[in-house]
Amino acid sequence: MQVQILQQIAQARQSRTAVAVVTDIQSGDQTLYHPDGLPADELGAEIDRRLRSGKSGIVNPDENELFIQVHVPSPRLVIIGAVHISQALVPMAQACGFDVTVIDPRTAFATPERFPNVDLLADWPQEVLQTRPLDSYTALVAVTHDPKIDDLPLQDALKEKCFYIGALGSRKTHGKRAVRFAENDIDATALAAIHAPIGLDIGAANPAEIAVSIMAEIVETLRRGDQR
Amino acid sequence: MADQLNDTLLIAEQWQAQGRALALATVIDTWGSAPRPVGSHLIIDSEGNFEGSVSGGCVEGAVVFEAVEAIETGKPKVLEFGVADETAWEVGLSCGGRIRIYVEPVTA
Repeated sequence: MQVQILQQIAQARQSRTAVAVVTDIQSGDQTLYHPDGLPADELGAEIDRRLRSGKSGIVNPDENELFIQVHVPSPRLVIIGAVHISQALVPMAQACGFDVTVIDPRTAFATPERFPNVDLLADWPQEVLQTRPLDSYTALVAVTHDPKIDDLPLQDALKEKCFYIGALGSRKTHGKRAVRFAENDIDATALAAIHAPIGLDIGAANPAEIAVSIMAEIVETLRRGDQR
Repeated sequence: MADQLNDTLLIAEQWQAQGRALALATVIDTWGSAPRPVGSHLIIDSEGNFEGSVSGGCVEGAVVFEAVEAIETGKPKVLEFGVADETAWEVGLSCGGRIRIYVEPVTA
């Protein structure tokens, strides 16, 4: 691999864009492709499919064998709410390889003392998300219980097609949310993308266990897709 | 989605910037219950230092040996490991899977 290609992969990772590297296994020749610069042939279509699925692999096994490796952005987790559950969720998500951001405008909650070693922003989510937009490689978890704080980022996550969206609260709470979202032209079909009540049903009984159930649901959605 | 896999490439970039001669090993194909998915990386320097993984630790030793050689020759190669693969490397995968690994020098 040429150093130049290594550097381009690192740059793509920095800017949260996807790239693919195609290697000719026999000759060792390598080419780096950006999603908007794919060749208009069968190989280009194959690279496109793999960029979408995130799966690297061999093509042309019988003839001129090529290895296509896709480098897609590392998954990100944005947590709305610097609450007790979030304190347990942050290290779990980091251990799973997620870049984690915690946002809460309530300065009493969003203190560095409660949230060391994580990107913490004591600001309104809608303001933060203007400069740091969500994307399809991002999971958004809203756990403040407060519609004033949770609603707008949840709606933004639906618009930006976050791969996982979860909201804390009972079915009753989610029912009220559905009514509010309908007033913003978000219908039941769109609303179905929100996991609510949040987390896998494992009988979680305290903040750490709820964090486990949320993290498990995020990983399941990441690896298996949304099966609901 | 990517995960920690990519971090190995970031380490590769750092090592390269330090002027170390490197080879990159990548899992390019798997059959059966392979321990690490396609696209997993191991980065190796000419002293045999390495980071990352291409198996659960079963074949890394052999890969490092081949990688150091690839740094010297400047030529890429394909390695294949399987269960009870005695003829080639005398190391195999205890999980019963089979993997192919592409080893290439990092060039300027």
